[in-house]
Amino acid sequence: MHPFSFTKAANTREALDAGRHGGRYIAGGTTLVDLMRETVERPETLVDISDLPMRDVKVTERGGLRIGALVTMSEAAAHPKVRSLYPVISQALELSASAQLRNMATIGGNIMQRTRCTYFRDVTADCNKREPGSGCAALEGFNRTHAILGTSDACVATHPSDAAVAFAALEARVHLLGSDGERQVSFADFLLRPGRTPNREQALRRGELITGVEIPALPRPLKSGYLKVRDRQSYEFALTSAAVALHVRGGVIREAKVAAGGVGTVPWKLPAVERHLVGERPSESLWTAAAAKAAEGARPLQHNRFKVELLKRTVERQLRVVGGSK
Amino acid sequence: MSSELPDSAVSPPSGAGESTSGPSRRAVIATGVAVGGVVVAGGTFLAGAEEAPATGTAPSSRVSLTVNGTRRTVTVDNRTSLLDLLREHFDLTGSKKGCNAGACGACTVLVDGQRVNSCLTLAVRLEGAEVTTIEGLADGDQLHPLQQAFVDQDAFQCGYCTPGQIMSGVGCIKEGHTGSPEEIREWMSGNICRCGCYVKIVRAVEQTAGRK
Ligand SMILES: Cc1cc2nc3c(=O)[nH]c(=O)nc-3n(C[C@H](O)[C@H](O)[C@H](O)COP(=O)(O)OP(=O)(O)OC[C@H]3O[C@@H](n4cnc5c(N)ncnc54)[C@H](O)[C@@H]3O)c2cc1C
Ligand code: SF4
Ligand code: FES
Ligand code: FES
Repeated sequence: MHPFSFTKAANTREALDAGRHGGRYIAGGTTLVDLMRETVERPETLVDISDLPMRDVKVTERGGLRIGALVTMSEAAAHPKVRSLYPVISQALELSASAQLRNMATIGGNIMQRTRCTYFRDVTADCNKREPGSGCAALEGFNRTHAILGTSDACVATHPSDAAVAFAALEARVHLLGSDGERQVSFADFLLRPGRTPNREQALRRGELITGVEIPALPRPLKSGYLKVRDRQSYEFALTSAAVALHVRGGVIREAKVAAGGVGTVPWKLPAVERHLVGERPSESLWTAAAAKAAEGARPLQHNRFKVELLKRTVERQLRVVGGSK
Repeated sequence: MSSELPDSAVSPPSGAGESTSGPSRRAVIATGVAVGGVVVAGGTFLAGAEEAPATGTAPSSRVSLTVNGTRRTVTVDNRTSLLDLLREHFDLTGSKKGCNAGACGACTVLVDGQRVNSCLTLAVRLEGAEVTTIEGLADGDQLHPLQQAFVDQDAFQCGYCTPGQIMSGVGCIKEGHTGSPEEIREWMSGNICRCGCYVKIVRAVEQTAGRK
């Protein structure tokens, strides 16, 4: 680990000041400390933001939900409003990492977490994300866990967060605060696809703080849930996952929000699946036909061809779980 | 064994007998390890020398925390993890270093009553914190009920994961995730046991949670 200086921000202004001067925010530290130890991350200054007032979960005026950036994964998952309004978020969180890590890690840090690509974590390997222009060891290497959607010739790494898949499905907005004020970015625009610059991962300006994530109001009743498929039953990242939310009224699906994880360079929203569902009546054949569209545009690599079929089945299964089988 | 060295230097405790005039042998070795990681990377990733200054100039901070009921004030190299602080500095070697990356749970301790991975916790962030380790669980000669349950249920073989399992189990019980063996298994999944004692570990947690 490289040496670094450490300060604790007493308030938001202090944090932004330090951030503007290149200080690196630390929340739970479960991504940052790990990557600093691997010398993948080498911040010169750490700014502890844990005292900032971004710790509550609030129902918004419009009936959505705003989760503060410093709410821990455990707190968010257990929060009665999250559990009752958006079970898909609670489930995605509780299927993430471990109880210990969830006690430490925060919602802001969770959506900022970096890829688990083993070449990215190994400073002796070529990796365009870590060292722009050095190449991508995963392209010709062992790429079983890598992405099949949203990839580029420069990088094929997945975004590993589960909660982000739920946020993407629900079309959440990320609340940001910089020295020149607040702004909001839609989740779809917040996490960036690699393109030719895989080192740029978020639409975050220098020194900007994430203050929270807002989930918009959706028509109720809303049924939702998260399914995660992995190599072992717990404490493991997703091979594939599906976040599904459905609003059914009068026997017809009026709203469908669907996204997949473990397969994309960013949480992968599935508009073609959603379009196929809206206006239809729930049925076995509908789930199958809609899920058949889940892997549209997939570009599998040598070792992850299995993800194409697994993705469709994961989405189909979760549509059935949430929408019911008739 | 090199893996037992702290990967960050810990300065001597304030008020301790050790001299602060020069780096200790351990600090020198530890810095060697930290710098070594960079050198191995070769020309491509070589960091400037200024990025890895010798111990003594590496930024450090003073922190006061309570460990197992005893208040401690120390000056630590900012890179020091809570795990290294406990093991290398306070001689509390009950907490184990398995992966040093959040992936095994052997280092689990309670910070302000919550179970966390001490390997990913920076010691400098713990100003005012209350830390409980496996050494602080028993009441004199009286084992903590979960310690006793691990004995009763024969819930370990080599014992390496056990302190982490027990601290995690204490957290799990406190959180109330003990409704069924399945629930315990899921909420204890952050603790890997290489000897595969999972069935008995679940029984020990169950026994303590009062379900048997
Ligand atoms: C063994 C292991 C298994 C895991 N398994 C899973 C899993 O299955 N699913 C999953 O989703 N995740 C998993 N994780 C990842 C974990 O969820 C993340 O490490 C965690 O959510 C990061 O949050 P943090 O608060 O600890 O972030 P930190 O490490 O503190 O920060 C991460 C990054 O975000 C930045 N940051 C943090 N907060 C803010 C803010 N408010 N504003 C601006 N920038 C900010 C930091 O500067 C840093 O760059 C796992 C991690 C480990 C170690
Ligand atoms: S897939 Fe991306 S993160 Fe992995 S080695 Fe290639 S460039 Fe790096
Ligand atoms: S040593 Fe901390 S989780 Fe493995
Ligand atoms: S008892 Fe040996 S690792 Fe668990």
